[in-house]
Amino acid sequence: MAALTRRLLCNTAWRQTVVPSLSSFGNRNYTINATEQQVLSCAKYGGRHCVTLMTGDGVGPEILTHVQEIFRYAGAPIDFETVEINSSTTDAAYLEAALLSVQRNGVALKGNIETKFDDAEFRSMNVALRSRLDLWSNIVWCRSFKGVNARYDDIDIVLIRENTEGEYSSLEHESVTGVVESLKIITAEKCERIARYAFDFAARNGRKKVTAIHKANIMKLADGLFLESCRKVSEDYADIKFSDMIIDNASMQMVSRPQQFDVLLMPNLYGNILSSIAAGLVGGAGLVPGMNVGAKYAVFESGTRNSGRSLKGKNIANPTGMLLASCDMLDYLGHHNVGALIRESVLDVIAQPQHQTPDMGGQATTTDVIQAIIDDIKPKTQTRNQQAN
Amino acid sequence: MAARAIRTAFSQINSVPKSHGQGVLPFLQERFLESQSCPSNTRQYSSAGSASIQKVTMIPGDGIGPEISQAVKDIFEAAGAPIIWEDVDVTPIKGPDGNFHLPQAIFDSMAETKMGLKGPLATPIGKGHKSLNLALRKAFSLYANVRPCKSIEGYKTPYDEVDLVTIRENTEGEYSGIEHTIVDGVVQSIKLITETASRRVAEYAFKFARDNNRSTVTAVHKANIMRMSDGLFLKCCREVASKNKDIKFTEHYLDTVCLNMVQDPTQFDVLVMPNLYGDILSDLCAGLIGGLGVTPSGNIGEDGAIFESVHGTAPDIAGQDKANPTALLLSAVMMLRHMQLGEYGDRIEKAALDTIREGEVLTGDLGGEATCSAFTKEICRRIQS
Repeated sequence: MAALTRRLLCNTAWRQTVVPSLSSFGNRNYTINATEQQVLSCAKYGGRHCVTLMTGDGVGPEILTHVQEIFRYAGAPIDFETVEINSSTTDAAYLEAALLSVQRNGVALKGNIETKFDDAEFRSMNVALRSRLDLWSNIVWCRSFKGVNARYDDIDIVLIRENTEGEYSSLEHESVTGVVESLKIITAEKCERIARYAFDFAARNGRKKVTAIHKANIMKLADGLFLESCRKVSEDYADIKFSDMIIDNASMQMVSRPQQFDVLLMPNLYGNILSSIAAGLVGGAGLVPGMNVGAKYAVFESGTRNSGRSLKGKNIANPTGMLLASCDMLDYLGHHNVGALIRESVLDVIAQPQHQTPDMGGQATTTDVIQAIIDDIKPKTQTRNQQAN
Repeated sequence: MAARAIRTAFSQINSVPKSHGQGVLPFLQERFLESQSCPSNTRQYSSAGSASIQKVTMIPGDGIGPEISQAVKDIFEAAGAPIIWEDVDVTPIKGPDGNFHLPQAIFDSMAETKMGLKGPLATPIGKGHKSLNLALRKAFSLYANVRPCKSIEGYKTPYDEVDLVTIRENTEGEYSGIEHTIVDGVVQSIKLITETASRRVAEYAFKFARDNNRSTVTAVHKANIMRMSDGLFLKCCREVASKNKDIKFTEHYLDTVCLNMVQDPTQFDVLVMPNLYGDILSDLCAGLIGGLGVTPSGNIGEDGAIFESVHGTAPDIAGQDKANPTALLLSAVMMLRHMQLGEYGDRIEKAALDTIREGEVLTGDLGGEATCSAFTKEICRRIQS
């Protein structure tokens, strides 16, 4: 029994297992399942998982309401615990309550929280959540969508980004008036951890190549340490090709020939940049889901972390990214059938021009798209119920 | 007799010597010294009707550098641009202290001409000296890197009608080179942002926008994450913007700009940003128009300016007459505009772009089979016709 407990509790956070998904998504059918330790952290009552819902700012609240609606129609066994946290809840108690909720439930679905950077006292809540929950890996899987107008239609890049250190350490001071220093911290431990995660992900998903992105020619110590850690880990994975590329060259290659990339392994800021570029290439911020994973917790959100402030209340925001993130969440929790069902409907619906929102070049409203998805889901659930009977 | 002497002297002045500024006539030398009293970073010779000739330091560079520099010189001669070139070799030399330094010749030359055109330099890694680019930048306080990215007709990329300019702070930021190992396995790298440098580059951005009829300047930052450092940069940009109300000012997060850039690059005009973001974004924009082989670049300083091609030395095709001089040529055109010789710049640029648009004589990287010399000759032919 002790041995069993020890096995369950050992830190195998990077060993995400992979389950073939029933929905097709371009050429790739794989999604991400929770590890044993993560499963232990997920609150499950009577077969139903409880998930923290952080609505955030901008279009977050409206889209997450739609997500809940679709979950109801699809019969997803998820109960949402909504916690209030956005740019106006500046009291520390709100952040603590949100953290406690995620620690209790193990999983969260999150809208982006705006950062009022002109206010010196305002701390970025997104960064605080990620660092306090130690969500050290951010995964954005950019795949070309069928029927979506984009410059390339054969992109399949997994961007794995270190999520807690680097330029996002929030350590700054004004040493002399008019001179500000910002510290970028790189540690060997976290570099090795994220590198191991990336290689393991690649190995288990049948990916062939991992490319580390850096600027070690200029930042010799910091990015040099990152690169060295990646190289060391790559030696344990002889089947996976390891290469490295400088960030500016990578940006240029990304816009001219994105098909050459397979898995990208990056420190924090470069990951932010390349994820944004890759998301733009497959169709935009509204389409791409993202997940933040640590040893125990996982938070799902949009891949590019935009709040969509300018679209708020206009009913034109694209719900796809958040819906796909919620499908990833269902897979993570083991509800593969429902996850696949919703994902399939979402992808089928957005492939049709009449159901494309303005950011995709169409004219549909958010509610049009949601209704179309619900209409697509309904017959499938009825068939399933009839089959069950 | 006196009249003939004067006539000879005048004809000698008006013919621009083909070689590189050695053996300049005493008359001209006198003019060099005279114009040292002129302010600003462009060296203008006061002229009473005849063409004023300006001296420019040329750093041919390594690999394909010499070939493309020669191509540029040939094209300038065909256009009759009043430029004398002074070639300088910047291979580092070992000083008495055992360290490698830039040769003194480059400093002397640039101090005199205040204008440079640089070909690609090889940066050998781990040879015990700092990057040459970095050294030049520091020596001449080149604080703004300007890269105009305009789609080239005839060189098709998936992105059409790109016409933007990235202006990047060139001296500080993440590239300060200040790093420490705190304990084994923990490294800190310091990003330095100062009010002076930020204000200076913001002022240059607005000046550039005004001088080149651009309507919008956008500051690119990550102040949500780096509150104080990018916050300071943004504050300086806003202050300068409030003094330049005739130009529209917007600000965007870096990731938003990257996202929108690959979807619709036509929405951007002039972008101003700190060092690292500028490095990445300017290369991104170069990728949109076709790569570094066709992108011009200029480094503006308080003490002068160096315009350069930003591609590599291409050692695999060096010496084979296969190189494409477009990047260096367009940088030279930028230089002409900076020197208030815009009409020559326009003619040369038009000839070069027409050649690429017609598509008959193109180098290998542009999709053709012509040699570098054939491409150059074609451009010269167009200028002179």
